[in-house]
Amino acid sequence: MSDIRFETPATAEAAVALLAGATGTAKLLAGGTDLLIQMRGGMVEPALLVSVKNIAEMNMIATHAGEFRIGASMSCMALIENADFVAAWPGVIDAVKLIGSVQVKGRASVGGNVCNASPAADSVPALIAAGARAVIAGPDGRRELAVEQLGIGPGRNALARGEIVTSFILPRRPARSGDAYLRFTPRTEMDIAVVGVGVNITLDERGVCCAARVGLGAVAERALLVPEAAAALVGTAVDDAALARLAGAASAACRPIDDKRGTKAFRIKVAGVLARRAAEIAKQRALEAS
Amino acid sequence: MAKHHVTTTINGNPVEYLCETRQTLLEVLRDELDMTGTKEGCGTGDCGACSVTLDGRLVCSCLVLGVEAAGKAVGTIEGMAEGGGLHVLQRKFLEHAALQCGICTPGFLVAARSLLEANPDPSEEEVRYWLAGNLCRCTGYQKIIEAVLDAAREMREA
Repeated sequence: MSDIRFETPATAEAAVALLAGATGTAKLLAGGTDLLIQMRGGMVEPALLVSVKNIAEMNMIATHAGEFRIGASMSCMALIENADFVAAWPGVIDAVKLIGSVQVKGRASVGGNVCNASPAADSVPALIAAGARAVIAGPDGRRELAVEQLGIGPGRNALARGEIVTSFILPRRPARSGDAYLRFTPRTEMDIAVVGVGVNITLDERGVCCAARVGLGAVAERALLVPEAAAALVGTAVDDAALARLAGAASAACRPIDDKRGTKAFRIKVAGVLARRAAEIAKQRALEAS
Repeated sequence: MAKHHVTTTINGNPVEYLCETRQTLLEVLRDELDMTGTKEGCGTGDCGACSVTLDGRLVCSCLVLGVEAAGKAVGTIEGMAEGGGLHVLQRKFLEHAALQCGICTPGFLVAARSLLEANPDPSEEEVRYWLAGNLCRCTGYQKIIEAVLDAAREMREA
């Protein structure tokens, strides 16, 4: 068995050049919590591994004018330990905290969680709700893509050959904004979402919802942005009637499969229940964030 | 292809080794360096038996490549006892009979030490969540949790 070439470029552009120029199978290595298992299982036999841990912009968090830029390769634990980010985006943190054990989160990155493109990835519905955009470096330069457009199917993402996600941009937070993520699993931790829901809302001075975004996970071939669910909240005080419409719209957007973790009918029902509960938490956080 | 020549620090001591890209840090520790205190359970990051610290952060050594340890500080169970004496956590695991077969124990100890460094006064719930990535098939966890809480108490009073 021939060994794998291992490179540790210092810039995203150098990483892109290595990945785009490779002749055999080339893989980007960030946290490695998915890739090393795939390699061990023989699902992936790379000829080249490109570690991105020496690329500064991919391993740091920065703020500019209220906007957060999260390095795609920074560990989940490093994000969870960032007090400013936790205060600004508690719903994203709800999701990131669920990605795995402390050990796994010590390596696993949000970029990996998104690019691995599991429909059940916890961070994705929360990032979609947050309106996060992925910054992508590629052979033709840089571009940005909304997170909801990055996953296209189980294990498949929208990146072209040689492209890598370097960071995620989360927009400036208006006053009275709050977000939340809830998921259903048969046990409390160390499990894969049967349904995941991210809700992000902004209230005006009178407590009326003036902006909302809803992301759904594990109920389709990819995580979904659900504008109909968000529309159920906008213009309301996020009261019982609005929450009931939100739940109905979330359930209606589901196109799940039956599998060992949950049936189609169960997922459709639970998506509505969790959307309602997540919206209630998001509303509470928005009221506290004024 | 030539092996990688890795220079790193393990339990405070400078260490050099040769490894292939595909070798995990766990394989390097056990098979190249004969540091067999770190155990292999699942090899897929689910059981925590191979827990070590990497630059102070708790990780599964089966999910880190040996070559990735270059220039970093690795902490293993072999670095836990202080001088000739056991670490408080090790002593409390014995006192509380928090181990039976022992395969999970080094991972639990390394993970528990990492918890108490970050949070010297954890609640029982916080201990349970922090150690959720460490599996034990013998004890039923209760004695492990009690040992960690007792060790935390003693370390706070020291």
